Amino acid sequence: MGLVIAFWVLAVLAILSALGVVLLRNVFRASLSLVLCFLAVAGLYITLSADFLAAVQVLVYVGAISVLIILAIMMTRNVPQGNPSNKLAIPVFIVAAAFLAVMVYAVTGTAWPVSTQPPLEPTTAALAIKLFGEGGFILPVEIAAVLLLAAVLGAIVVAREK
Amino acid sequence: MNLALEHYLVLSAVLFAIGLYGALTKRNAVIILMCIELMLNAVNISMVAFSRFIVPALLTGQVFAIFVMVVAAAEVAVGLAIILAVYRGLETIDATRINLMKW
Repeated sequence: MGLVIAFWVLAVLAILSALGVVLLRNVFRASLSLVLCFLAVAGLYITLSADFLAAVQVLVYVGAISVLIILAIMMTRNVPQGNPSNKLAIPVFIVAAAFLAVMVYAVTGTAWPVSTQPPLEPTTAALAIKLFGEGGFILPVEIAAVLLLAAVLGAIVVAREK
Repeated sequence: MNLALEHYLVLSAVLFAIGLYGALTKRNAVIILMCIELMLNAVNISMVAFSRFIVPALLTGQVFAIFVMVVAAAEVAVGLAIILAVYRGLETIDATRINLMKW
Protein backbone atom coordinates (compact mmCIF):
# COMPACT_ATOMS: atom_id res chain seq x y z
CA MET A 1 0.00 0.00 0.00
CA GLY A 2 2.83 2.37 0.88
CA LEU A 3 4.39 1.54 -2.47
CA VAL A 4 1.22 2.56 -4.31
CA ILE A 5 1.03 5.90 -2.48
CA ALA A 6 4.73 6.50 -3.13
CA PHE A 7 4.24 5.73 -6.81
CA TRP A 8 1.36 8.17 -7.23
CA VAL A 9 3.09 10.96 -5.31
CA LEU A 10 6.30 10.52 -7.30
CA ALA A 11 4.46 10.18 -10.61
CA VAL A 12 2.52 13.41 -10.06
CA LEU A 13 5.72 15.15 -8.92
CA ALA A 14 7.61 13.91 -12.00
CA ILE A 15 4.90 15.00 -14.43
CA LEU A 16 4.41 18.42 -12.80
CA SER A 17 8.14 19.13 -12.75
CA ALA A 18 8.47 17.94 -16.37
CA LEU A 19 5.69 20.37 -17.29
CA GLY A 20 7.64 23.00 -15.37
CA VAL A 21 10.69 22.40 -17.59
CA VAL A 22 8.56 23.09 -20.66
CA LEU A 23 6.31 25.87 -19.34
CA LEU A 24 8.34 27.96 -16.86
CA ARG A 25 9.40 31.33 -18.26
CA ASN A 26 12.72 31.56 -16.44
CA VAL A 27 15.40 29.22 -17.85
CA PHE A 28 17.13 28.82 -14.49
CA ARG A 29 13.87 27.82 -12.78
CA ALA A 30 13.23 25.38 -15.60
CA SER A 31 16.58 23.74 -14.89
CA LEU A 32 15.74 23.46 -11.17
CA SER A 33 12.43 21.88 -12.17
CA LEU A 34 14.42 19.38 -14.23
CA VAL A 35 16.48 18.50 -11.13
CA LEU A 36 13.23 17.87 -9.23
CA CYS A 37 12.05 15.62 -12.05
CA PHE A 38 15.32 13.63 -11.91
CA LEU A 39 14.86 13.18 -8.14
CA ALA A 40 11.29 11.96 -8.64
CA VAL A 41 12.56 9.47 -11.24
CA ALA A 42 15.14 8.23 -8.72
CA GLY A 43 12.30 7.66 -6.27
CA LEU A 44 10.39 5.75 -8.94
CA TYR A 45 13.43 3.50 -9.40
CA ILE A 46 13.25 2.73 -5.68
CA THR A 47 9.57 1.74 -6.03
CA LEU A 48 10.74 -0.59 -8.81
CA SER A 49 13.32 -2.06 -6.35
CA ALA A 50 16.20 -0.84 -8.50
CA ASP A 51 18.28 0.53 -5.63
CA PHE A 52 21.61 0.79 -7.45
CA LEU A 53 20.03 2.62 -10.37
CA ALA A 54 18.37 5.07 -8.00
CA ALA A 55 21.76 5.89 -6.47
CA VAL A 56 23.32 6.23 -9.94
CA GLN A 57 20.43 8.46 -11.02
CA VAL A 58 21.06 10.80 -8.09
CA LEU A 59 24.82 10.82 -8.67
CA VAL A 60 24.86 11.19 -12.44
CA TYR A 61 21.73 13.19 -13.23
CA VAL A 62 21.09 15.23 -10.08
CA GLY A 63 24.78 15.59 -9.34
CA ALA A 64 26.65 15.90 -12.61
CA ILE A 65 24.31 16.58 -15.51
CA SER A 66 22.28 19.24 -13.72
CA VAL A 67 25.49 21.02 -12.68
CA LEU A 68 26.65 20.99 -16.32
CA ILE A 69 23.29 22.36 -17.50
CA ILE A 70 23.22 25.12 -14.86
CA LEU A 71 26.82 25.99 -15.78
CA ALA A 72 25.79 26.33 -19.42
CA ILE A 73 22.85 28.55 -18.42
CA MET A 74 25.23 30.77 -16.43
CA MET A 75 27.73 30.96 -19.30
CA THR A 76 25.01 32.05 -21.73
CA ARG A 77 23.65 34.56 -19.25
CA ASN A 78 23.05 37.65 -21.36
CA VAL A 79 20.76 35.79 -23.68
CA PRO A 80 17.36 37.53 -23.32
CA GLN A 81 15.56 35.88 -20.43
CA GLY A 82 12.58 33.73 -21.16
CA ASN A 83 11.68 30.39 -22.57
CA PRO A 84 9.67 31.19 -25.70
CA SER A 85 8.31 28.69 -28.20
CA ASN A 86 8.89 28.76 -31.93
CA LYS A 87 6.14 28.92 -34.54
CA LEU A 88 5.46 25.18 -34.41
CA ALA A 89 3.86 25.05 -30.94
CA ILE A 90 0.36 24.00 -32.01
CA PRO A 91 1.29 21.33 -34.63
CA VAL A 92 3.90 19.87 -32.27
CA PHE A 93 1.35 19.80 -29.47
CA ILE A 94 -0.97 17.81 -31.73
CA VAL A 95 1.86 15.43 -32.68
CA ALA A 96 2.88 14.91 -29.05
CA ALA A 97 -0.73 14.34 -27.96
CA ALA A 98 -1.28 11.86 -30.81
CA PHE A 99 1.95 10.07 -29.85
CA LEU A 100 0.78 9.88 -26.24
CA ALA A 101 -2.64 8.55 -27.28
CA VAL A 102 -1.08 5.85 -29.46
CA MET A 103 1.36 4.86 -26.70
CA VAL A 104 -1.36 4.65 -24.03
CA TYR A 105 -3.58 2.66 -26.39
CA ALA A 106 -0.77 0.23 -27.23
CA VAL A 107 0.42 -0.14 -23.62
CA THR A 108 -3.01 -0.77 -22.15
CA GLY A 109 -4.07 -3.03 -25.02
CA THR A 110 -1.10 -5.40 -24.85
CA ALA A 111 -1.19 -8.53 -22.70
CA TRP A 112 2.26 -8.32 -21.06
CA PRO A 113 3.77 -11.65 -19.95
CA VAL A 114 4.11 -10.42 -16.38
CA SER A 115 6.12 -12.66 -14.08
CA THR A 116 5.01 -13.24 -10.50
CA GLN A 117 8.55 -13.77 -9.20
CA PRO A 118 9.60 -11.41 -6.39
CA PRO A 119 12.26 -8.88 -7.45
CA LEU A 120 15.92 -9.32 -6.62
CA GLU A 121 16.47 -7.33 -3.45
CA PRO A 122 19.94 -5.80 -3.27
CA THR A 123 20.66 -5.45 -6.97
CA THR A 124 24.22 -4.10 -6.82
CA ALA A 125 26.09 -7.40 -6.73
CA ALA A 126 23.77 -8.99 -9.30
CA LEU A 127 24.26 -6.03 -11.62
CA ALA A 128 28.03 -6.22 -11.23
CA ILE A 129 27.95 -9.91 -12.12
CA LYS A 130 25.78 -9.08 -15.14
CA LEU A 131 28.12 -6.32 -16.30
CA PHE A 132 31.53 -7.84 -15.62
CA GLY A 133 30.90 -11.53 -15.18
CA GLU A 134 31.18 -14.51 -17.47
CA GLY A 135 28.80 -14.27 -20.43
CA GLY A 136 27.76 -10.77 -19.40
CA PHE A 137 28.04 -7.33 -20.91
CA ILE A 138 31.80 -6.83 -20.63
CA LEU A 139 32.29 -5.81 -24.29
CA PRO A 140 29.56 -3.11 -24.15
CA VAL A 141 31.14 -1.87 -20.90
CA GLU A 142 34.49 -1.46 -22.68
CA ILE A 143 32.81 0.27 -25.62
CA ALA A 144 30.99 2.60 -23.21
CA ALA A 145 34.33 3.50 -21.64
CA VAL A 146 35.76 4.36 -25.07
CA LEU A 147 32.62 6.38 -25.86
CA LEU A 148 32.99 8.38 -22.63
CA LEU A 149 36.66 9.07 -23.38
CA ALA A 150 35.80 10.20 -26.91
CA ALA A 151 32.98 12.41 -25.60
CA VAL A 152 35.23 14.07 -23.01
CA LEU A 153 37.97 14.70 -25.59
CA GLY A 154 35.41 15.97 -28.09
CA ALA A 155 33.85 18.31 -25.54
CA ILE A 156 37.28 19.75 -24.65
CA VAL A 157 38.22 20.24 -28.31
CA VAL A 158 34.87 21.85 -29.21
CA ALA A 159 34.61 24.14 -26.19
CA ARG A 160 38.17 25.47 -25.80
CA GLU A 161 39.23 28.93 -26.88
CA LYS A 162 40.90 29.02 -30.27
CA MET B 1 -5.07 -1.65 -5.89
CA ASN B 2 -1.69 -2.93 -6.88
CA LEU B 3 0.94 -1.41 -9.08
CA ALA B 4 1.11 -2.92 -12.54
CA LEU B 5 3.49 -2.57 -15.44
CA GLU B 6 0.98 -0.36 -17.25
CA HIS B 7 1.20 2.37 -14.60
CA TYR B 8 4.90 2.81 -15.21
CA LEU B 9 4.61 2.56 -18.97
CA VAL B 10 1.88 5.21 -19.14
CA LEU B 11 3.89 7.48 -16.84
CA SER B 12 6.92 7.00 -19.06
CA ALA B 13 4.83 7.78 -22.17
CA VAL B 14 3.55 10.99 -20.56
CA LEU B 15 7.07 12.12 -19.65
CA PHE B 16 8.31 11.23 -23.15
CA ALA B 17 5.50 13.23 -24.78
CA ILE B 18 6.25 16.27 -22.59
CA GLY B 19 9.94 16.00 -23.51
CA LEU B 20 9.08 15.60 -27.19
CA TYR B 21 6.90 18.70 -27.14
CA GLY B 22 9.63 20.71 -25.43
CA ALA B 23 12.44 19.48 -27.66
CA LEU B 24 10.53 20.38 -30.82
CA THR B 25 9.11 23.77 -29.76
CA LYS B 26 11.67 25.50 -27.56
CA ARG B 27 14.03 28.16 -28.89
CA ASN B 28 16.69 28.06 -26.18
CA ALA B 29 19.21 25.32 -27.06
CA VAL B 30 19.88 24.50 -23.39
CA ILE B 31 16.16 23.90 -22.84
CA ILE B 32 16.11 21.62 -25.89
CA LEU B 33 18.96 19.61 -24.36
CA MET B 34 17.08 19.43 -21.04
CA CYS B 35 13.99 18.10 -22.82
CA ILE B 36 16.12 15.43 -24.51
CA GLU B 37 17.33 14.39 -21.05
CA LEU B 38 13.69 14.18 -19.98
CA MET B 39 12.94 11.82 -22.88
CA LEU B 40 15.94 9.61 -22.03
CA ASN B 41 14.70 9.43 -18.44
CA ALA B 42 11.26 8.39 -19.62
CA VAL B 43 12.78 5.57 -21.65
CA ASN B 44 14.83 4.52 -18.62
CA ILE B 45 11.70 4.30 -16.46
CA SER B 46 10.01 1.99 -18.93
CA MET B 47 13.10 -0.21 -19.25
CA VAL B 48 13.46 -0.58 -15.49
CA ALA B 49 9.73 -1.32 -15.27
CA PHE B 50 10.02 -4.05 -17.91
CA SER B 51 12.98 -5.46 -16.01
CA ARG B 52 11.04 -5.45 -12.74
CA PHE B 53 7.77 -6.92 -13.99
CA ILE B 54 8.74 -9.27 -16.82
CA VAL B 55 12.21 -10.65 -15.96
CA PRO B 56 12.63 -9.79 -12.25
CA ALA B 57 15.60 -12.11 -11.74
CA LEU B 58 17.61 -11.19 -14.85
CA LEU B 59 18.02 -7.38 -14.48
CA THR B 60 18.58 -6.97 -18.21
CA GLY B 61 16.51 -3.79 -18.35
CA GLN B 62 18.57 -2.23 -15.58
CA VAL B 63 21.79 -3.00 -17.47
CA PHE B 64 20.31 -1.26 -20.51
CA ALA B 65 19.30 1.71 -18.36
CA ILE B 66 22.91 2.02 -17.17
CA PHE B 67 24.12 2.15 -20.77
CA VAL B 68 21.48 4.78 -21.59
CA MET B 69 22.80 6.85 -18.68
CA VAL B 70 26.38 6.55 -19.99
CA VAL B 71 25.31 7.72 -23.43
CA ALA B 72 23.20 10.53 -21.92
CA ALA B 73 26.18 11.78 -19.90
CA ALA B 74 28.40 11.75 -23.00
CA GLU B 75 25.68 13.49 -25.01
CA VAL B 76 25.24 16.26 -22.44
CA ALA B 77 28.99 16.92 -22.31
CA VAL B 78 29.31 17.20 -26.09
CA GLY B 79 26.00 19.05 -26.50
CA LEU B 80 26.86 21.72 -23.95
CA ALA B 81 30.32 22.14 -25.47
CA ILE B 82 28.66 22.71 -28.86
CA ILE B 83 26.23 25.20 -27.31
CA LEU B 84 29.11 27.13 -25.70
CA ALA B 85 31.04 27.16 -29.00
CA VAL B 86 27.96 28.40 -30.87
CA TYR B 87 27.36 31.05 -28.23
CA ARG B 88 30.93 32.26 -28.52
CA GLY B 89 30.63 32.57 -32.27
CA LEU B 90 27.08 33.86 -32.72
CA GLU B 91 26.30 35.49 -29.33
CA THR B 92 22.99 33.60 -29.29
CA ILE B 93 21.67 30.14 -28.46
CA ASP B 94 18.27 30.71 -30.05
CA ALA B 95 17.81 27.56 -32.12
CA THR B 96 15.68 29.36 -34.69
CA ARG B 97 18.52 31.81 -35.38
CA ILE B 98 21.33 29.26 -35.59
CA ASN B 99 20.97 28.63 -39.30
CA LEU B 100 24.57 28.57 -40.58
CA MET B 101 24.09 25.05 -41.93
CA LYS B 102 20.61 25.63 -43.30
CA TRP B 103 20.32 24.57 -46.89
